Amino acid sequence: MTTTTERPVLPSLASVYRSRAGVELKEFFRQRESVVFTLMLPVLLLVVFGAVLNYDIGFGVTFTQYFMAGIIAAGILGASLQNMAISIATERSDGTLKSLAGTPMPKSAYFLGKVVQVLAVTVVIIAVLLFIGVVFYGVHLPTGGEWFTFAWVSLLGATACTLLGITLSSVAKNGRSASATVTPVALLLQFMSGVFLQLSSVPVWMQTVASIFPLKWMAQGLRAVFLPQALAAKEPAHSWELGRVALVLGIWCIVGLVLCVRTFRWQDRS
Amino acid sequence: MQKDSLLPTTRTLAAGPEREPLDPAAAISIRGLVKRYGDFTAVDGLDLDIRRGEIFALLGPNGAGKTTTVEICEGYRSRDGGEVRVLGADPAHGDRRWKAQLGIVLQSGAGFSQLTCREMLQAQASYYPDPRDPDEVLELVGLTEKARVRGRTLSGGQRRRLDVALGIVGRPTLLFLDEPTTGFDPEARRQFWSLIRSLRDLGTTMLLTTHYLDEAEALADRVGVIAHGRLMEVAVPAVLGGRETAPAVVSWTEDGARRSEATATPTAFVRDLAARFPGEVPDLAVARPTLEDVYLRMIGEPA
Repeated sequence: MTTTTERPVLPSLASVYRSRAGVELKEFFRQRESVVFTLMLPVLLLVVFGAVLNYDIGFGVTFTQYFMAGIIAAGILGASLQNMAISIATERSDGTLKSLAGTPMPKSAYFLGKVVQVLAVTVVIIAVLLFIGVVFYGVHLPTGGEWFTFAWVSLLGATACTLLGITLSSVAKNGRSASATVTPVALLLQFMSGVFLQLSSVPVWMQTVASIFPLKWMAQGLRAVFLPQALAAKEPAHSWELGRVALVLGIWCIVGLVLCVRTFRWQDRS
Repeated sequence: MQKDSLLPTTRTLAAGPEREPLDPAAAISIRGLVKRYGDFTAVDGLDLDIRRGEIFALLGPNGAGKTTTVEICEGYRSRDGGEVRVLGADPAHGDRRWKAQLGIVLQSGAGFSQLTCREMLQAQASYYPDPRDPDEVLELVGLTEKARVRGRTLSGGQRRRLDVALGIVGRPTLLFLDEPTTGFDPEARRQFWSLIRSLRDLGTTMLLTTHYLDEAEALADRVGVIAHGRLMEVAVPAVLGGRETAPAVVSWTEDGARRSEATATPTAFVRDLAARFPGEVPDLAVARPTLEDVYLRMIGEPA
């Protein structure tokens, strides 16, 4: 064995984590496409839907108040699942991942950077949507314990969707095909999960399909945050089912973790 | 092997059971390396030693096993047989400390980024224990004026220089360069060559793969020719394939026609030729086989 004692020590995990977090934040916020699609699209949808569909859905609650829950869920889906699937698939096909794998960067640093990116984008999306909703459309902010529900539903949903997004990035052939597959599927799921229209007006078979995936449960959990208790009666189960929301999202976290660890590749299949 | 008969001075490396043990002093030591992709054997019992401090150029046609061999040494690919030591470690089990001593410039480059050149180098430097100063590295590769420019907007040649900068910012002991100058204009290649020479002066060992034989001749202390997954020969560029003793070709113009003669004694031949002409011998040229001539003969292409 050669002596390695006089060699300088490797940089600490904390310093590499900081460096990767900085890289991921710059990569996202400097890219016009990702900012427009991930951040601006939900905002535009809120502006348009809020202006067009501001009717009463019962108990003096506006559709915009209902839509707030759905568009935040869709925003989280975009910041986590769509963002991860497309950006990681792109980084895999352009050689970024292969290059990183050849450096002494600890592998965990790459994923930590992505988590920081998702969290930052999620927080920004939620803040912008709440601001516009409250200032322009009279949306009522959550109160008391609703903030707690808001936090855990968002965090659990973002976690599950991040892990699924990383998995999808490995399934996709390259960045472009990831974008072409994930975007329309996400849009379909948004319709079927009651984001753009009330879940009660979605055909039952579509509700059943949607209830397999996390988006429906995120939106439902967030409706418990933004809508009065009286409207729980309009849910398919006549309740917010917060226990089931936690259970399904939790299961998706575990499934997503197992799948993304088993499928992740640092290089394109050659 | 049939090709050996064409090359009497070739020192073909032993591939038999009398194979030497791994060289512990070498930067890279490979014995009997085998890699298969399905039914195709990409590397077929390859032996190679690369000394510390040298620039070694690996030449060979596409599909000969160059990139496969290099990527096994870099830790990217597994092997199906043989022994490999890179800086004393088996690359199949290289840890972070081992990777910190390598610099890798991939054929495919380092990807695209929204970061500026300086930011990319700063990020890359943050993974290494004893990195070079990013601004010094930018100066070394001639990208100082691009420090604040985003990596995505660089031209092909600038992009490649950034790849090299990313490869050396970690202060590697051993640098892998996989076709580093593809797409360079002649001036950029000359600049790149002087960069490589200055890195050698700093003690960096380099394994270079290239399609440009003039590049191998200009840079490499030794060249290895790889074909059909085996190393055909290792030599200093000037004597590869018996170049130094190969017949010289003397050519001139006489009676309005171009004439040429292959000779083992070109000096005597030119002296006789000079006696036949009153003044200058028209269009006189004396040429030894170029590295390219020797190389093409070795890999079995019609020259």
